[in-house]
Order: sequence, then structure tokens, then C-alpha cells
Amino acid sequence: MSILVTPETKILIQGITGDFGGRHARLSLDYGTKVVAGVTPGKGGQFFEHGAHRVPIFNSVADAGRATGAAVSAIFVPPPFAADAILECADAGFDLAVAITEGIPVRDMVRVKRAMQGGRTRLVGPNCPGVVTPGTGDKSFGGCRIGIAPGYIHKKGSVGVVSRSGTLTYEAVYQLTTRGIGQSTCVGIGGDPVNGTSHLDVIRMFNDDPETLGIIIIGEIGGTAEVEAARWIRANCRKPVAGFIAGSTAPAGRRMGHAGAIVGGTEDTAAAKIAVFRECGIEVAATPSDMADALVRSAEARGVVLH
Amino acid sequence: MNIHEYQAKALFEKYGVPSPKGAAAGSAAEFEAALARLPEGPTMVKSQIHAGGRGKGVFTDGFKGGVKYCRTRAEAGEIAGRMLGNTLVTVQTGPAGRKVQTVYFTVASDIRKEYYLAILLDRASSRPVIVASTEGGVEIEKVAHDTPEKIFKVVVDPAYGLADFQVRELVTRLGFSPSEGKNAARLVRSLFAMYSATDASMIEINPLITTPAGDVLALDAKVSFDDNALFRHPEIVALRDLNEEDPKEIEASQHALNYIALDGNIACLVNGAGLAMSTMDIIKHFGGNPANFLDVGGGATKEQVVAAFKIILGDPRVKGIFVNIFGGIMDCNVIATGIVEAAREIGLKLPLVVRLEGNNVAAGKTTLASSGLTIVNGETMADAAQKIVALVA
Repeated sequence: MSILVTPETKILIQGITGDFGGRHARLSLDYGTKVVAGVTPGKGGQFFEHGAHRVPIFNSVADAGRATGAAVSAIFVPPPFAADAILECADAGFDLAVAITEGIPVRDMVRVKRAMQGGRTRLVGPNCPGVVTPGTGDKSFGGCRIGIAPGYIHKKGSVGVVSRSGTLTYEAVYQLTTRGIGQSTCVGIGGDPVNGTSHLDVIRMFNDDPETLGIIIIGEIGGTAEVEAARWIRANCRKPVAGFIAGSTAPAGRRMGHAGAIVGGTEDTAAAKIAVFRECGIEVAATPSDMADALVRSAEARGVVLH
Repeated sequence: MNIHEYQAKALFEKYGVPSPKGAAAGSAAEFEAALARLPEGPTMVKSQIHAGGRGKGVFTDGFKGGVKYCRTRAEAGEIAGRMLGNTLVTVQTGPAGRKVQTVYFTVASDIRKEYYLAILLDRASSRPVIVASTEGGVEIEKVAHDTPEKIFKVVVDPAYGLADFQVRELVTRLGFSPSEGKNAARLVRSLFAMYSATDASMIEINPLITTPAGDVLALDAKVSFDDNALFRHPEIVALRDLNEEDPKEIEASQHALNYIALDGNIACLVNGAGLAMSTMDIIKHFGGNPANFLDVGGGATKEQVVAAFKIILGDPRVKGIFVNIFGGIMDCNVIATGIVEAAREIGLKLPLVVRLEGNNVAAGKTTLASSGLTIVNGETMADAAQKIVALVA
């Protein structure tokens, strides 16, 4: 198994006719992902064409879901309209909404998160690279790629990766793949202060997934989500876990690219989070070059063979 | 985005948050007119810069105090003359300090007691939180550390908004008298309305005061806004003061680059915020000092790389450059070509280490190697970081 999505999962793309959404729709189709529908209000009835693919476009998420059976959506809608796009997805009763959009106002996300509370739809993101469950083909093709991650760097295997940052996730995945170690699922939860799925949510899923044998958790300065996940790991997770926290050198009070990456107090610094990781038995990567090796060390210490 | 106190007070007035009467002046010629709008009597003069610790700050000419109490308006005018155009150094400005371009005069209020009041995002619950304390006028971090029982929090449900019972609870816990309590409740409701309507990311009033007459007033105001929401607030964007921002950061934002100056000598150019942060970290790990944070975003163009190099080299402390690109989707050869052209165009003399990985990386490395320029290849982030640290040592 994997978490959140399998290679068989049908996905739709909200914002498929935009430059950004369209480019990544093509890359997902090339990867072998089952992109079955696009949604752009006012363009229902048209088609998104790419090679031999002819993806129908619908006016609403509900229409697209009914017609295709898709229950997972990738959202590439521009920031002013993104909150509405997420809510539409939740209203249509989807299982999963992955919001790639960067720059959604915090107040919009506060309201969206409250509205989705207790509902059936899980939100990943926003401002995230998305979710990849690698396939069995050459360069992991045939997998499910939702979002903007490079598919070809993956390899099907046993490691779960969860991260707030896109390029750091790719870095970790690439390190694993070049060492011959594959991934069950890679989840980018996004760099915003208010997001749908937390590190802990993903860690719980990896812990329950029999295919996932080891976990890499990548965090950043700001907030306390990594600390919460680490404490849960200490109490509940028997799988080897390696961790990295970016931003040791970031000055306090400066926003480091991600809206959520800002040091406010003493608890949300890199040093504080790294200390908690160590306390909780997470093998800390000394540098970002050391993420895969750190996991290998942790797995070897526990006699776990990663593949 | 941050604004000045005098701008925040104008917003307070618009939303019905009481504060002492005040008037701002951007030049000495405006002092008289500004002071004429205030009654004769005790007056405060407040330097307007985007940094805290103004009261205890020292000007570079030795004049002490960026916030001063004056007995008369005439004295306030004199003191303002010492502040305007002068450079104020506080705990938050760094040693270079900030030039005071505006002074703000306010009526000096009689203070019965000082409180603390703020509204910001509670990340743990993803909801707005009102933070209040009976200990105002001091560093709130210190209060939170020493006497956490004196800090009260009210988390607001975004589905319902700020409820009356929550306001009553807050006012009761702060121990206001009944007449003060009425005024405080009104102020809290108005402040929350402003927080929501303006997409503020933080509003902090320290101190909030009561007067012997029972008035509740915001003596200070620190307000910042969510950058992501500025597109729907042109009236807030108009308050932006470019004098308070690093010119290199402004230049960078015009090229869709995210740049933050630091104080080291190894400049970085990286794609992605997380990777950019950890590139700074790995430089430090191997004994070097990063000169900046620079995120070129997902797809770096040649024009962006040229602009980035120019911004980086505008910092005279820079002794070497570390380019760290994980080209997942974008073609590494396009990036490599951009780097070579940029290095040629600006006649780069400093050591340059490039770590390139990802899509079409072999062609990219060939482009770098055959450029005739001295570009050092880094195999991994760690390898590249060690090389640049050695080169600038």
C-alpha cells in the first residue's frame, strides 16, 4: 500500500486551463497518473488535450466528480480564488484536496480550515509541492503524481517522506533513490502557517501503512508542528525516523520565503526543534546532504531493511 | 508588511479604537502645524521607525531616547528637531540604526495602570487569538516566561467571530472597574473588527492604559499585515514606507526573487525556500557565514540569475558565491546557461561554486565546465558547501 493515494487513484485538476495547472497536468499525464478531469468554470464541455490524452473539462467539481468518479483534486487556482476552490471540493464530498497554490491569504485559510472541520475531505497544503506515490515503471512511472514534484526522481519502495518544503523534499527523495531506496508516498504539507494536514497527520498514516518501513520528516523554523509530531513518534511509532529542520541560521523575526517560516519565540527555533527530535529518538540529519544516510543509520540500528 | 505607529493610530481612529490625540510631521516646517492640532500641555514626541525598543534607543549623535515626554508643546518641537533626520539605534534595528523620517506628537496621558493587548494568529488552533495581560509596558516575552498566569488568551472561532461572553471574560480577568470595563470591551471589539477587515497578521498594543477618568486608550500601536492579502487592500499598500526596507530586498522583489541580507560573506542563490534556508545552514555547518537568503523560486530564468548576481554583488562583504539548484522540473542546462551568461555579463571575479542536480544535469555540467570560466563543481550540497567555505577562507 501507500498513503493518501495509489497509482490507481483518479484525480481531477482545478485550474487545468491555466499555464501552471496545464503544465503540471501534462507532466502528471506523462508520468502515467490517472488525470480524468479538469475543472474551469465556464469551460465545461471543452477538452484538455495532450498527446493521446483527451481530458474532459467541467464547470464544477461536483459535475466532474459525478461524471468521472474522481474523489481527489489538485488545486492550481490563483490565490484570490483558491479558498473558494478548496471549499467547492469539500462541498462535493471529495476524499482529498491538494492545494498547490502559493500566496493564499491567511484569513481565507483560517475560514476554510474551520469550514472543513469534521467534514470528510482531507486538505493537503496549500503552498505545497503535492503528493507522489511512485509507480513500478521505469523512473517510477505509472505512479500517482498530484502537484508539481518531479516524478522521475522517485522509486517505488518503503520510505515515507513528509515535508513543509518542496525542493528539500526532492533533495531527500533524490538521496534515497540514488542509494537504491524507494518511497511509499511523499507528502509536501506546505510552508504556510495554516494548512490542512500536519506533519503528525502524515506520520500517523505512515505508521499505520504496512508498506512504509521508515520515515523522513523535514521541518522548518516557525510553529510547533514538528515538535508535536516528534512527541507522538516517541510514544507511538516503532519505525525508524530521520529528521531535518531547516533554518538554523535564520534571524528572528524575518520571514524566510515561506509564510510560516519565521521565528517568533524560543520554542519555534531550529535548535529547539532539533533538541526535541533528539529527545524523541529521531535520527537528526546534520546537514541536508545527510537526510537519507540518517534514515539508513536509524534503520540499521533497529535492524530494519529499507528498499 | 509593517506600518508606522502614526499610520496604525489613524487606522485605530477609523475602526473606533481610542488612542491619545496625535499628529505626525515629516519635516521641521510641519512641526508647528502638527503641534497646533494638540492642546497646550504635556506632549509626547515619538520617533517613527519600524522597530521596537524606541524609548530606550540612542541616536548616533549621542542623543538618548526615541520617545520623549515634554512638558509643553514648545519643548516638544525642540526635541522633535533633535530626532528628525537623526539615526536611532535600538535593540531591534541592529548597529546601523534607522533614520527617523517622521515624528509623531501625542497628548501625554495620565496613566492609572498599564496593560498588554494583542491579536494574532494562533498557529496551533489555526484561529485568531487575543492575548492580554495585566502587565503592560514591559516586554511581553518576559511576562510570559516569569509570570505566565498573568497572560490571558481568548481563541476566536472564525465561524462565529468574537463572542460577547469572551469579551466579558477577558475584561473581567484583566480586573477593570465597571466603567473602565465598558470602554475596554468596546475597544477589544473594535480592534478585532479591524484585525479581520484589514487582514492584519498582528496588532499589538503595549501599553494599553487606563486613565484616572476611566478612559481606556491604546498608547502604542504595532501593526503588521498579511502580505498574501495585500492584493485586496490598496489602502494598506499605500501605507508602505520603502525607506524602512532594504533597497536590495526591494530590487529583488521586482525580479520575483526573495532576498534577505545577512551579515556573512558567502552569497547564496538557491531555488526553493526550504533549500535556500538549509543552504545557509550547511554553509554555517562547515564553518562559513552566509551573506544572504536568496530564493529564485521554482523556475529560474537567465534574467533572474543576472539580477540575482547583481544584487548579491552589491553587498561589499561578499567574497564568494554558492549556487545550489535542484532542478526537478526545470532544465538544468537552461540554468547552467543562465549562470554562465550572467557571470560573463557582469565580469564575475569572485569564486563561484555551483551545485546542480536534477533534470538534464549532465548537459548543464558540461555547459559550466566548457564555459572557460572558473566555476567549481560541487557534487553534493555538502561537497559544494565545503568547497566555497575553503575558497573564501
